[in-house]
Amino acid sequence: MYNKKVLEVFQNPKNVGEIDDANGIGKVGNASCGDIMQVSLKIENDIIVDAKFKTFGCAAAIATSSTATEMIKGKTLDEALKVKNADVVEYLEGLPPQKIHCSVMAEEAIQAAIEDYKKNHAKK
Amino acid sequence: MKIYLDNSATTSLDGEVLQAMLPYFTDMYGNSSSLHGFGRESLNAVDNAREKIAKILGAKPSEIYFTSGGVESNNWALKGAVAAAKGRNKHIITSAIEHPAIIETCHSLEKDGVEVTYIPVNSDGIVSLENIKAAVREDTVLVSIMTANNEIGSIQPVAEIGAFCREEGIPFHTDAVQAIDSQYIDVDKMNIDMLSLSAHKFHGPKGIGLLYIRSGVRLKRLLDGGHQERGQRAGTTNVPLVVGMAKALELSAANRANYNKKLTKLRDYFIDRALQEIPFTHLNGGRENRLPNNINLSFEFIEGESILMVLDLEGIAVSSGSACSSGALEASHVILALGGREELAHSSIRFSLGRDTTKEELDITLEVLKKAVDRLRGMSPLFNVEKGTGSYV
Repeated sequence: MYNKKVLEVFQNPKNVGEIDDANGIGKVGNASCGDIMQVSLKIENDIIVDAKFKTFGCAAAIATSSTATEMIKGKTLDEALKVKNADVVEYLEGLPPQKIHCSVMAEEAIQAAIEDYKKNHAKK
Repeated sequence: MKIYLDNSATTSLDGEVLQAMLPYFTDMYGNSSSLHGFGRESLNAVDNAREKIAKILGAKPSEIYFTSGGVESNNWALKGAVAAAKGRNKHIITSAIEHPAIIETCHSLEKDGVEVTYIPVNSDGIVSLENIKAAVREDTVLVSIMTANNEIGSIQPVAEIGAFCREEGIPFHTDAVQAIDSQYIDVDKMNIDMLSLSAHKFHGPKGIGLLYIRSGVRLKRLLDGGHQERGQRAGTTNVPLVVGMAKALELSAANRANYNKKLTKLRDYFIDRALQEIPFTHLNGGRENRLPNNINLSFEFIEGESILMVLDLEGIAVSSGSACSSGALEASHVILALGGREELAHSSIRFSLGRDTTKEELDITLEVLKKAVDRLRGMSPLFNVEKGTGSYV
């Protein structure tokens, strides 16, 4: 049910881990639902200089986490917020219908991490 | 390298079974309902197959009805029993861990007003007779409890349940699809009124199964049409597959003791090593009353399907939860029924051994598995690699 591209990314995911001095962290999902995605970001001057993920979930969850974090690296926050789940799916050359929600979670995890950063760095 | 540890999903076709079937795909193509010589030749093969199967199950040939497989047999047993039963209110007793072929049929019947009691299981995945006794009502028209579970291999006290149902005069059906390759079944001694089988679970062909129906049990047919199977199951008899199923069952019964001995040893070896060598690993289901080929483990802090995919990329075939639900996101209803933590239900993997499984294959699988679990835990937000421990909070 997975295409070659998804399996390839699943087998060799990029950006696995946590950033020690992250300034934006987003976590979505829960273990009883079967998937959790955690994204940590290092943001400097509104630019995402590093992004890492840790994911509890299926092959699609891991592949979309890798893809989404890879897509936002080097982007400004505004650009990163424009990365949608459809872009992740397109990069992976498609996902089985019942796994589309994994790409949605990846988008949400990134948004949550950016929101976390914005909250911490709100103009005082 | 390819290692197949998904024999509960399906098994390889036995070479002898293939040979037995081949002539009925080519030279002997007659319709077994035809009166002429071509037909009689085919009918003869079908009759022989029916006799062989009946003998192995302790049944009469006239009580064996060929179907397309387990799903049809289970649908027929449940829907047919409800349709044939008298009275306005109808009630079925089944277990919480049945195969979807039973559970979904029950859900469908519930929409038509039938009431269903789903008997819970203990932490070993076993139904208790006491709970069945307590669930019986005036309007109970059928008890259906699987012989052994497909996900965790728990073997149910079918003979006890059969004896009780006989006393109460309630028809008793058992889905023996997953059990028959390793379990001795005698429908008379075990007081079974209906029994479902599927040939591809015991090295026979796919697309053929049977429903044993004790003579005297009232059952409405599902399919209207020709007079095949004593007018109870219309459709041209699939002669080659019927012949194949009989051959496969014959071989299964003849080799059962040897395979059981071998597989029990391999199963216990794998379980012991996995529990010892991979931290935070749990066995789903009990050690006793377990099919000799079934291993079902949960690996904490990682998700089952991702383990399956890592093993698959290494050429090892296993199943996460039930094969039918691997496209779905719900956790296994069977693992959940054991009463453990919901997270563990998402982390389960079934390794189902087969008659050709070797110790070497299991050793390789364990090594690959250890690496897979480590790697996935390294990616899991629930696991702390430095501390070597995890948490769901």
